[in-house]
Amino acid sequence: MLAPVYHVLPLTTIERERTLPVAGEVTAKLNQKVAPTDVIAEATWAREHVLIDVARALDVSANAADRLLRVKEGDKVSDGTEIAISKGIISRTIRAPRNGRVVVAGGGQILMETGETSISLKAGLPGTVAQVIPSRGAVIRTVGALIQGTWGNGRIATGMMLNLTEKPDDVLSASRLDVSLRGSIIIAGLLGEADTLRAAAELPVRGLILSSISPALLPAAQQMRFPIIAIDGYGHFPMNSAAYKLLTSNAEREATINAEVFNRYTGARPEIIIPLPFSQEPPLPNDVEPLEPGQTVRLRRMPHPGTIGTLTRLHPGLVTLPSGLRAPAGEVKLENDEQILVPLVNLEIVG
Amino acid sequence: MPVSLLQDSSLLAVNVGASSTRAVLFDVVEGQYRFIASGQARSTAEAPFKDVTLGVNQAIMHLQKVTGKLFLDQDNQLITPMQADGSGVDAFAATLSAGPAMRAIVVGLLSDVSIESAHRLAETAYLQVVETFSLNDARQADEQLDAILRARPDVIILTGGTDGGASRSIQKILEAIGLACYLMPEEKRPPVLFAGNQSLTDTIKKSLQKLTPSLHFSPNIRPSLDTEDLAPASRELAQVFANTRKRHMPGVDELSAWTGGHLLPTAYAEGRIIRYLSQMSGTSQGVLGVDIGTTAATVAAGFNGKLTLGVYPQFGLGDNLPGLLQYTHLDDILRWLHLDIAPSVVRDYLYQRSLYPGTIPATKEDHAIAHAISRQALHLAMQQARRNFPPEARSLRKGLLPLFEPILAGGGALSDAPTPGQSLLLLLDALQPVGITSIILDQNNLLPLLGAAAESNYLLPVQVLESGAFMSLGTVVSVISSAAYGTPVLQARLTYEDGSAAQAEVKFGGLEILPLGMGQTARLTLQPLNRSDIGNGPGRKNTVRVAGGTMGVVIDARGRPLVLHEDPVRRRELFKKWFWSVGG
Repeated sequence: MLAPVYHVLPLTTIERERTLPVAGEVTAKLNQKVAPTDVIAEATWAREHVLIDVARALDVSANAADRLLRVKEGDKVSDGTEIAISKGIISRTIRAPRNGRVVVAGGGQILMETGETSISLKAGLPGTVAQVIPSRGAVIRTVGALIQGTWGNGRIATGMMLNLTEKPDDVLSASRLDVSLRGSIIIAGLLGEADTLRAAAELPVRGLILSSISPALLPAAQQMRFPIIAIDGYGHFPMNSAAYKLLTSNAEREATINAEVFNRYTGARPEIIIPLPFSQEPPLPNDVEPLEPGQTVRLRRMPHPGTIGTLTRLHPGLVTLPSGLRAPAGEVKLENDEQILVPLVNLEIVG
Repeated sequence: MPVSLLQDSSLLAVNVGASSTRAVLFDVVEGQYRFIASGQARSTAEAPFKDVTLGVNQAIMHLQKVTGKLFLDQDNQLITPMQADGSGVDAFAATLSAGPAMRAIVVGLLSDVSIESAHRLAETAYLQVVETFSLNDARQADEQLDAILRARPDVIILTGGTDGGASRSIQKILEAIGLACYLMPEEKRPPVLFAGNQSLTDTIKKSLQKLTPSLHFSPNIRPSLDTEDLAPASRELAQVFANTRKRHMPGVDELSAWTGGHLLPTAYAEGRIIRYLSQMSGTSQGVLGVDIGTTAATVAAGFNGKLTLGVYPQFGLGDNLPGLLQYTHLDDILRWLHLDIAPSVVRDYLYQRSLYPGTIPATKEDHAIAHAISRQALHLAMQQARRNFPPEARSLRKGLLPLFEPILAGGGALSDAPTPGQSLLLLLDALQPVGITSIILDQNNLLPLLGAAAESNYLLPVQVLESGAFMSLGTVVSVISSAAYGTPVLQARLTYEDGSAAQAEVKFGGLEILPLGMGQTARLTLQPLNRSDIGNGPGRKNTVRVAGGTMGVVIDARGRPLVLHEDPVRRRELFKKWFWSVGG
């Protein structure tokens, strides 16, 4: 049976596609070295549109109105620019109501886009541009440690990782946050309350890596301007040992925390990348592998969500689970030596 | 349909759900179509697989293992037609529900006429209405344009105007839609379905043809103010859904090609069978089909051949689970638990499950939470669907479910339950049927596949439905009573074919079972006590012939509506009691 692979890798090659939500201009060049905060593509989009019915305003036909237009598609116009002037003894003028750009001119109407906003797409990770995607973005390639998460608040930052935990289920409280942590990415374990987030924002920290997050704290976490990642999901359980070991052993290194929002369909998920030196580029990791005894696996669901174990046996056919359901299942030996029966669909391979 | 296609031909049907993909083989046995076997695999629409055909192939390979027959060649291509060596199949059908709900914009004229109908139409597919425009919309054209762009629609449903009636108001919003489509990147432009005033067809074509990837037309859903006809538009919407999935979900185009372009949305296909059954039933009672799965909760109710189909992604057990709390309070989920589990655990569960909807409960606690959520989600879906039932749907009392015979139920939460009794109890709690009704479990989730098969072979569904491929849970008698807890409300006597009998006096609040095996029939005499009602009026006796099933004859005297005990400890005790009554 094929299973998805959850990546916690001490050294791997990482390729990430970074694209604009709308077409724009890609500034990155092939093979260019980029820092996480380097802009690789830019686009502008209009937040609002203004439709001006010239024909109606001048009380003429659509065709006649088109002949009176003083602007054409693509023209940038300022507030008050004349966009149409009627003929006659007493001519009437239609002016642009605000700054903008003409996107449609015809049929007796003008459609302007206004409130232009620019989007700068950052590389998001340190590396090399492996591919340029015309008008959209680029594929960035790097080598380093990779730790995937399950929840992110959509922000990206790079900074020094500092470990504030002594064990995977430590709870971070506001009193632990002092000025020495300013500008750092904090390995924090569990989050006690929303006050801790506010204290982190006041410093401010550069990022927060949590084991799991209570749904009650999601609204506050989403508001934070620094990235927050929950490694194992929702609730109040300790960080999986593989991620915890890798993160804490890389404390005081520069890391990029990309708290991308989890999307089951596109595969987008939050992750932490720690660039590391290498002599030979390691291979790209597999995203899917067949389940086999001996593999390190992570449990996705109760009774031990996020827990790491070793798949010791795959049962043939269907097995009756403690819940009473019958499903393909395997034996998993947890790190505390407890042996449990787990449905295979509840497992992902760690690698 | 040529007769040759209906005889001695095998059909492989595949249903691609959000969690699992099932492949089912139907073939002719002794001159009749029969369900032969099914194979199942993890669905692969989502990352990291991102190709539905992987799951389809694995499900078919599982089926190959079960049947010992070969359906795929070395390149994983379907072998068709059936070969001389017995490999392959003669026909292929598929249904699909995997994927996030499509974002829909609904346009109409009057909010209590075409807009209401358009919303009902949207409810027949896996859609989420994200924006509505009506005649009363006070927004300027440019504000409407921005609203359309912000809504990022996957589909636009245009309705409004009776045939030959008003057209000017629709034209106004057409302008905003056309401009919005023009401003969208080509690959993001939505298909448009027009189901309004038919005299506008040419105008719509002229305005939108070049600005949308596909323009669909169906007869007006409100041809006159007092007439609604959703069926043709619903059929067209099913096509829009399949086309959109083909554009955006890898592998769906190949799957559709295997079906010859007849890929159907799962809910639509199920609705087709329910409509057929209600046409055949010949009684004043409706036929009900429910399905609770990862993508959505679906309620299909047929009344004399007229279908009311409700597809509710917001009550699905997958991505949308955290959103369930927008429609219900956490306490309303907790009330269904027979174990003492902290509210925070259930809240966390809703969120964690949304990350991995394909996972299954491994422990008793996990399963108890999963079934509590399923109960509430199906209950909400039923309440929502009831609002659209036709006025002629016969109901014993206001606020209660109309009379249905039978009720067919499927979907992962029900078909994968550890025991038939647990499936039955979930259905009784969530639906709260009234009167006397038989409940049938579609444990292989065949109903939608039969609906898809009907596309090319009308005989197959009929014969398979009659063949016993479904699990009859039995006959349920639901008692309406205002008696106090523990008061006798019904005397029941079940007389078997051999003349022997079983009887019970059922007290209010109880759940009793009289054994009657699958395939057996018996005469059931019911005498309501203390002005209780079983469908014939308070205190009125009734004798009916009933069919057996896995659970036999079940008398549910817990009351309608089912009011649960306020005290959580007492409530859990009662749940455990009912749980054991149906076999644990």
